[in-house]
Amino acid sequence: MKLLSLSVAFVMAAWCQNWNLLHQVPPKAAAKSNPMEGDARACRAGAKLFARECSACHGRNAEGSEKAPALRNADVHQASAGTLFWILKNGSLRHGMPSFAHLPEPQRWEIVTFLHSLGQKE
Amino acid sequence: MVQRWALILGLGTIMFLPCCWGDEGPFFITYTHQMEEPGNLELATKDVTGKPGNGNRFLGSTTELEYGLKGWWTTEFYLDGQATFRESSLFTGYRWENRFRLLPHEHWINPVLYVEFENINGADKGLLEVVGHDGKNDLIQPNADARTERKREIETKLILSSYFKGWTIAENFIAEKNVRHAPYEFGYTAGVSRPLALAARPDRCNLCPENFQVGAEMYGGLGTHQDFGLGETSHYLAPTIAWTLANGTSFKVSPSFGITGTSAGFLLRFGVSYEIGQFGRAARSLFRK
Repeated sequence: MKLLSLSVAFVMAAWCQNWNLLHQVPPKAAAKSNPMEGDARACRAGAKLFARECSACHGRNAEGSEKAPALRNADVHQASAGTLFWILKNGSLRHGMPSFAHLPEPQRWEIVTFLHSLGQKE
Repeated sequence: MVQRWALILGLGTIMFLPCCWGDEGPFFITYTHQMEEPGNLELATKDVTGKPGNGNRFLGSTTELEYGLKGWWTTEFYLDGQATFRESSLFTGYRWENRFRLLPHEHWINPVLYVEFENINGADKGLLEVVGHDGKNDLIQPNADARTERKREIETKLILSSYFKGWTIAENFIAEKNVRHAPYEFGYTAGVSRPLALAARPDRCNLCPENFQVGAEMYGGLGTHQDFGLGETSHYLAPTIAWTLANGTSFKVSPSFGITGTSAGFLLRFGVSYEIGQFGRAARSLFRK
């Protein structure tokens, strides 16, 4: 019985690991740096883009919803800019996160700048 | 009475749902690999007007409901109609399309499979694709005659598209077959577009350059499986521009120029679209206790 419980726990843990997009980003993509990092104007533009593109699922204040997780947390704040950029570009189509590759690169970096600023405000 | 209240409730719900940006680009004919976001509903109209040869001026109109079922699956339902000057106005049929994104991640080129069932009549003038030997003669036929022809067709497309340094580049290959008869018909479309600015401005604005996208499309027929090639086919070159307001409503317009003798000389396309964010969730909540 213990063995069965351990196996179930292991499978659950592996499944949860797969669901965490932050862990799926290739190292090369995660190492990319944000050309707009710390730019206040880019951060405000990112807030506008977030309201337009992301808030329907992640909530107006990034507090999350039944459909998508909160983005005001340490994981997102500590994630590298390249990691967030890769997630925006590719999404996770099987888990309901769409790709935002149609946004030009500068707009995706603006969103990343805004997401990083969320943690600072906490 | 109950139906009236249901209608008022439904319309009221739609009015207060948050909108999103469609971002579907300035194209009328060409598809990219961008899918509808899961749960979002886009309402759109695509209209085309022209005066083919000695025929009467017409207005073909298509109303489009596009819904994101999954991140990799978008479904769309169309209602078609047309009005021809000095003839009549009529409903010409419906179409149901499904698009499936084949690869989960972004690549330098991204394939999408498109499958559509059309149940329209011969008077349809929506011109959402040009295949086979379609040409201006199809648009000249009087409505009274053309409407008697039933077209139940399966249309498939291979959509290939890429984003490169702010540019959207897309190519579609089309194969269409009447389910009862007629040969396989082929067509193509290709498009390229770019927003006027790549970075967004921090303020909410209607006239920011990033709200405008300009591009060009080229589309036409490639004959049938018995007579494949460019002979007696029509082709169009169409510059296009789209403008999205800060509230998400998008307008687009495209003058299309026929470049072969078989083509209609000039067509003007215009459309409006509006996207309702998380429509599926809002609709489900209406039926929950």
